[in-house]
Amino acid sequence: MAIRVQTEDFDLNAEIAALRAGSPQVGAVVSFVGTVRDMNEGASVAAMELEHYPGMTEKALQDIVERAKQRWPIADALVIHRVGPLSPRDQIVLVAVTSAHRGEAFDACEFIIDYLKTEAPFWKKEQTPQGARWVDARVTDDAALRKWHIDVALGGGEK
Amino acid sequence: MKIQLRFFASVREALGVSQEEVVVPEGIDTVGKVRAFLQQRGGVWAETLAEGRSLRMACDQQMCDADTAIRDGGEVAFFPPVTGG
Repeated sequence: MAIRVQTEDFDLNAEIAALRAGSPQVGAVVSFVGTVRDMNEGASVAAMELEHYPGMTEKALQDIVERAKQRWPIADALVIHRVGPLSPRDQIVLVAVTSAHRGEAFDACEFIIDYLKTEAPFWKKEQTPQGARWVDARVTDDAALRKWHIDVALGGGEK
Repeated sequence: MKIQLRFFASVREALGVSQEEVVVPEGIDTVGKVRAFLQQRGGVWAETLAEGRSLRMACDQQMCDADTAIRDGGEVAFFPPVTGG
């Protein structure tokens, strides 16, 4: 399993090929790519900047993937998250999971992105015509995490 | 006890500082008490770290809650709810 936090873009095909290399037992590959929208909360977004907590971010992603591996019999998983300046249509995040059969790959992939959205220390700041603004956490993201019935108390603090 | 403080995103901007080493008085032994100690600086500190503000905390790079114990040489971070992905 691999975790990468980087400013550079990524190539989905190359990443999937590397993930599958040497794993003939794999029969399913599920990937999710998150991209930058040009509209958010009713305002047009010209650009954004992604901040993270170096050190903790990698640990949090590692922990999330570890939880997925404990829960489903997946073969491997990859998470790439970009930081720094990004523009609309840019790729932000890749989650890819391989497994023998599709069910666990779909579930594990969705679990990892849901978990990442509420537990990994990244923050988006958008440039809009009204000026720069920090993106607010979405209640729907917390709801998405709850469907996995996991201990959200890990996040602690006030929400 | 000497600890490293880290602040991120809107919290970092509001406080005007991203990192700081601080010696906390005796009795300040949890993340919640560190938060209260920093609030006593007043001004933006009181406002940004006020109870009821949507704030997440980490101790030694692990998400934590107010009751989490701190250690000498440890790292305590305050930041808004995360918005990655």
